[in-house]
Amino acid sequence: MLEASANSGASPQPGIHQLIAADGTGVDDEELAPLVADVDDEQLIQFYADMVTIRRIDMEATALQRQGQLALWPPMLGQEAAQVGSIRALDQDDFIFPTYRENGVAFLRGADLAGIMSTWRGSANTGWDPHKFNMATPQIIIGAQTLHATGYAMGLVLDGRETLSIAYLGDGATSQGDVHESMVFAASFQAPVIFFCQNNHWAISEPVGLQAHTPIAGRAPGYGIPSMRVDGNDVLAVLAATRWAAARARSGGGPSFIEAVTYRMGAHTTADDPTRYRGVTELEEWAAKDPIARVKAFLQGRGKLDAAAEAEVAARANAVAAELREGCINMPDPAPMSVFDNVYTTEHAILDRQRDHYERYLAGFAGTESATSKLEGSRS
Amino acid sequence: MSSLTLTQAINAGLRKSMEEDPKVVLMGEDIGTLGGVFRVTDGLMKDFGSHRVIDTPLAESAIIGTAVGLAYRGFRPVCEIQFDGFIYPGFDQIVSQVAKLHMRTHGQVRMPLTIRVPFGGGIGSPEHHSESPEAYFVHTSGLRVISASNPQDAYTMLRQAIACDDPVLFFEPKRRYHTKGEVDLDADLSRAPAMGASRIVSAGTDVTLVTYGPLVSTALDAAKAAADDGISLEVIDLRSLSPIDYGPLEESVRRTGRLVITHEASETLGLGAEISAAVTERCFNYLEAAPVRVTGFDIPYPPSKLEKHHLPDLDRMLDGVDRVLGRPNSLSGLEG
Repeated sequence: MLEASANSGASPQPGIHQLIAADGTGVDDEELAPLVADVDDEQLIQFYADMVTIRRIDMEATALQRQGQLALWPPMLGQEAAQVGSIRALDQDDFIFPTYRENGVAFLRGADLAGIMSTWRGSANTGWDPHKFNMATPQIIIGAQTLHATGYAMGLVLDGRETLSIAYLGDGATSQGDVHESMVFAASFQAPVIFFCQNNHWAISEPVGLQAHTPIAGRAPGYGIPSMRVDGNDVLAVLAATRWAAARARSGGGPSFIEAVTYRMGAHTTADDPTRYRGVTELEEWAAKDPIARVKAFLQGRGKLDAAAEAEVAARANAVAAELREGCINMPDPAPMSVFDNVYTTEHAILDRQRDHYERYLAGFAGTESATSKLEGSRS
Repeated sequence: MSSLTLTQAINAGLRKSMEEDPKVVLMGEDIGTLGGVFRVTDGLMKDFGSHRVIDTPLAESAIIGTAVGLAYRGFRPVCEIQFDGFIYPGFDQIVSQVAKLHMRTHGQVRMPLTIRVPFGGGIGSPEHHSESPEAYFVHTSGLRVISASNPQDAYTMLRQAIACDDPVLFFEPKRRYHTKGEVDLDADLSRAPAMGASRIVSAGTDVTLVTYGPLVSTALDAAKAAADDGISLEVIDLRSLSPIDYGPLEESVRRTGRLVITHEASETLGLGAEISAAVTERCFNYLEAAPVRVTGFDIPYPPSKLEKHHLPDLDRMLDGVDRVLGRPNSLSGLEG
């Protein structure tokens, strides 16, 4: 029997860039420190607030799923620094190609909370206009978006623009052919794209060691793409690494690859049960490296985050959560006939025929009870 | 009017589209310096530059997937898949992304890709070079699928496909690449037949014979041969496979009462199955006999020494006509 051998891959290894250690003490990293020299305490408090807010969003959405208001939710618990640090290094016209887990990124980009939730409620396939927010819709096919980001960046070269695109991906995605192909194309055409890989150690139940026997960041140089391995729970280090990649992209340096080493503290989605495949020891180990606790400790160590400021951040996060809940539970269901909308940009004889037929069919129920509802009624 | 081969007509169509719209870019393997393995893109890199005629690394998923990214930026990519049998590595990007993005984004993101695919057999090639995968794409909502059978249609329909805001699969009958025909290069697109319109290419009264792409000229040969036998065939070139334009087909079957559908692709759930079902639903009371399918067999494409047994030819089409007319045929004595 063929048995894949999986490295544990669980503990941070040497060569991971860091600016704030897990206990909140500053780390001197000569390569990264200059990239964030301008970040003052006020900005760091803002990053802290961002992380608290998206964790609160995550908590509220998980609760809404349990209450039957959302069909599904992919938690981002534990990955707040990776999401905040990366998005805060970008400009508004840099185009983002996310996975389904970058809901914190979408919120910080400006997408409407109810819109974000509409996808997870089952009301819509997308919650925002990609052109308005320069952010594609959540990608569910693993790794597919890396090609879109690369193609977009090729288009930036053709247009002579100095913006960039960023593809978010996970450790599981790095096994996909599309990710390999996108790195080949990005290198061949020197496309200004950032591959931002959140190695959260788990692809549903499969440990990262099953995807890669050596650190993921080590793959990129084989394509001719410079890479950096960074502590994904350190918001300042992630910001610095993303700025490094962005500067390369903007100055004609082509693609870069970042491996943000983090941990998925929650389930893959609300439909998953991680107790079936991982132990509590690992979870406790990573809880000690929490991204929010460490920046809080760092700020408190500098006397910059008092109880009042902390309470204010929490209050604002609660207000966001309340808005999210309100938007979610008051969201109207889509109109039945909208099922036919936007399949094509113009008329399509076959689909138009089906639409007409279904409209007549629905109209036929006026004033009568359908067999389906009778059956459901008899069962309830 | 110019006398052009089908290859030259497609080349002229690409050139015209690129001249008219700077957002049109070509992508594919060997399409630049070489001009494509069939020379369809001959000279275009020289005239438009390597930024608009892009030789890509050998990765079909990436050709389609990066074209999606380019479309996000407002480009109109025209992707060449070198051979029909090479399209499958790009299948996921086509069906999961290209076909769905317009609906996924509530119409906010358009995917005006054209995917050119030389298809079909009859050229004596090794495996994976002679396939007819069109039904997979016809089955996929969100795509339009067309196939031209002659140089004029190839020129016009390709330009329409590139101008179309929906993604279009453009199947080129590669064994007819060297067929010559008169092409009006200055024809006004707005006055040309619609991209989705089918067309009666030979009028007749006894049997409706419908096909597309490479078999249109074989069907026309069949009409001539049948005429010698006193049978009048009406030949319809579908041109558009998705959506199918049933108007002319229904009108024809109401007159003839008999339908034969022929294509190179295998029988089960091929276009013939769909057309047979749809025409039966729409014209049941007019049919004198059950529709007959004359298709490739349900086999992987055979070695080229055997392909003549797999591909419907003139005689198999005529046998299908005999079957639908109840004349002595290959199944005589076996069916009612």
